[in-house]
Amino acid sequence: MSPHITTSSEANGNVSAATAQATVRAAERAEAAGPKPVTFAKALNTALADAMEADAAVVLFGEDIGTLGGVFRITDGLTARFGEQRCFDTPLAESGIAGMAIGMAINGMRPVIEMQFDAFAYPAFEQIASHLAKMRNRTRGALDMPVVIRIPYAGGIGGVEHHCDSSEAYYAHTPGLKVMTPSTVADAYTMMREAIDSDDPIVFLEPKKLYFSKDPVDLDALRAEHDAAASAGGHLTEGRAAIARPGTDATLIAYGPSVSTALAAAEAAAQEGRSLEVIDVRSIVPFDDETVSASVRKTGRAVVIAEAPGFASVASEITARVQERCFHSLAAPVLRVTGFDVPFPSPKLEHYFLPSVDRILDTVDLLQWED
Amino acid sequence: MSAVPGEQHATEAADLDTVCRHFGISVEDYLLPSRGQIQIVDETGKLRPAEDQGTEPGHEYPLPDDDTLMKAYEQLVIGRRVNDQNSALVRQGRMAVYPSSHGQEACQVAAALCLGADDWMFPTYRDSVAVMAKGVDPLETMILFRGDWHGGYDPRKYKVGIQSTPLTTQLLHAVGVAHAAKLRGEDTVVLAMCGDGATSEGDFHEALNFAAVFNLPVIFFVQNNQYAISVPLAQQSVAPSLAHKAVGYGMAGERVDGNDLVALMAVLGRAVELARTGAGPLLVEAHTYRMQAHTNADDATRYRQDAEVQAWQAKDPLNRMTAYLQGKGLLDDPASERIAAHAEETAKALRDGLNQDPEVDPLELFQHVYAHQTPQLVEQAALLADELSREGDAK
Repeated sequence: MSPHITTSSEANGNVSAATAQATVRAAERAEAAGPKPVTFAKALNTALADAMEADAAVVLFGEDIGTLGGVFRITDGLTARFGEQRCFDTPLAESGIAGMAIGMAINGMRPVIEMQFDAFAYPAFEQIASHLAKMRNRTRGALDMPVVIRIPYAGGIGGVEHHCDSSEAYYAHTPGLKVMTPSTVADAYTMMREAIDSDDPIVFLEPKKLYFSKDPVDLDALRAEHDAAASAGGHLTEGRAAIARPGTDATLIAYGPSVSTALAAAEAAAQEGRSLEVIDVRSIVPFDDETVSASVRKTGRAVVIAEAPGFASVASEITARVQERCFHSLAAPVLRVTGFDVPFPSPKLEHYFLPSVDRILDTVDLLQWED
Repeated sequence: MSAVPGEQHATEAADLDTVCRHFGISVEDYLLPSRGQIQIVDETGKLRPAEDQGTEPGHEYPLPDDDTLMKAYEQLVIGRRVNDQNSALVRQGRMAVYPSSHGQEACQVAAALCLGADDWMFPTYRDSVAVMAKGVDPLETMILFRGDWHGGYDPRKYKVGIQSTPLTTQLLHAVGVAHAAKLRGEDTVVLAMCGDGATSEGDFHEALNFAAVFNLPVIFFVQNNQYAISVPLAQQSVAPSLAHKAVGYGMAGERVDGNDLVALMAVLGRAVELARTGAGPLLVEAHTYRMQAHTNADDATRYRQDAEVQAWQAKDPLNRMTAYLQGKGLLDDPASERIAAHAEETAKALRDGLNQDPEVDPLELFQHVYAHQTPQLVEQAALLADELSREGDAK
């Protein structure tokens, strides 16, 4: 929701013709220059609003998402626009939120629930792993579970303990769940729309450090693109990785908050004459083996980058899959840059933990270039 | 405001104050359960005098009509027969497991029969008799216990949730079903079942609180059969009764003799009517006893005395109801024979069905994980299909 700013001249009812003309000219210039910058948060908010507008079965609930609009303001204005029946606060109980969403889905609704922070979602784990993920299977396909669980996740904002976990492996390890994480403003919109369209439960991981990042994005065009794909029964993002930056010498495979770090590393490498391709996984489950493998077969080298501790992680899984599929094209072992196997650090220490441009470049240097 | 029991399809929702005014009692007296458990028919099958039924002002329960009681009795007989038939089938190796509700059949029957056709029920693993009494096909109910698949019926078709083995997670699903119905303006009531041990779980608390805060038409029906597997109630809770737990949520609680089918029909019947008029959720605790072990894998002699079991044998819900209906002149020999034949028919259908060995399809493992198989599952299904075809060649 864009803030309404009242200038003093408007307040006085004293808007001159010259001012009005200047405003029009500015708008025309902006139009000619292409779309305006939009925040990641605004793209998510618009996607939620569009989905609610399109289908009365879409309901939002969670903690502080009503009047306040969420601690990150992702649901800002939705209660005012759609009413307290469609976007509301619940008692503070995450298992209750997830369990009630399952029941609502059984009875024809399409709930989109918010877990306030990554680590606050753990009380809901039984409902997610034992029921949400398994309901279709337990009932032999009789019950689908069109539920989206939104989780602000990962670090990079100097957050306190229990506010910065990268919890994707828990969900990705659970058959029946799909796990998505956007890294661009445009994908934030499109992936949220497709998550809400899905008849399968989606764990939608929102990199919180990106909420207030901006890209020039035409939301109207994205909406039209989504609607056209949806009416044709296709997906633009589910199960489809994106090539975030083309390159020829090695592939960096990243997702969510690590994509921007990988892109910065690729830019730095380019200065030194090394061309790195960056793959944005986007859809952790289902995983796009095809796009990832095609890139690594082309470049012959790969580094997987993720914030989560590396042991038994999504990065480990990607590494194994690339090794299995691209062995004969590899000039070096597939390496990983991940968080250390320690609890997420306190704010003053997090930059030692998070994958950095330097650590990525150091790792790329280890890919046996001399052989 | 006409939203009081007996006056359904109210246009305006009742609130707690309205309900209390209707009964002429304070909010505290409405929320608190009666001092004793409600019992209408005593252990010998005699109707207790109204002043001796354990009721208090605002907690009086009219006797259900004869037709209702006869229908319930028929289900009671069938339920007992089904329990014993299934236990036998487990001993014969025809079923993997069957948690029997022998001794709790009055609760099972009342839970199902108090609901209307569009109302939902969320049962536990021990509630197969209730599931069947709500109308689910007996063989479909048993698919879980035979080990063919984790569930055998379509919950939306019967308005019965899948039988839950994790404890009290299904209470929140009941809350969600009720919430969705309320948002659409439907007057669906949902009955959610759990046991005494399960009231210690966190989801019990979250479900009751959510139901109360959103004022949802959910009946939480606790069958207090005195034991978790081996742990007695005294080690789960020191509350005066489990029904008292309702009060903390701003919800009415009631406790009832769980082996008295008449009292159960009366108490649950009123609870459903109240919930349907918008008076919010209610908690009903039924005192009963699990006459058999937790499952065939359990040995109940390790944690309870035979004398205790014998004492409960004397309170058997089926013997009591038979005596009551005979005494009332409703159950004559031809009626008894007809009902027994119906029960035998159901048992035979179960026997015949469970004695068959249906084919299980290994490739079905991959069919219901997602709406459409992911490329990874397609790959894994092909792997298994290949193994199967080579096994076939080897034969």
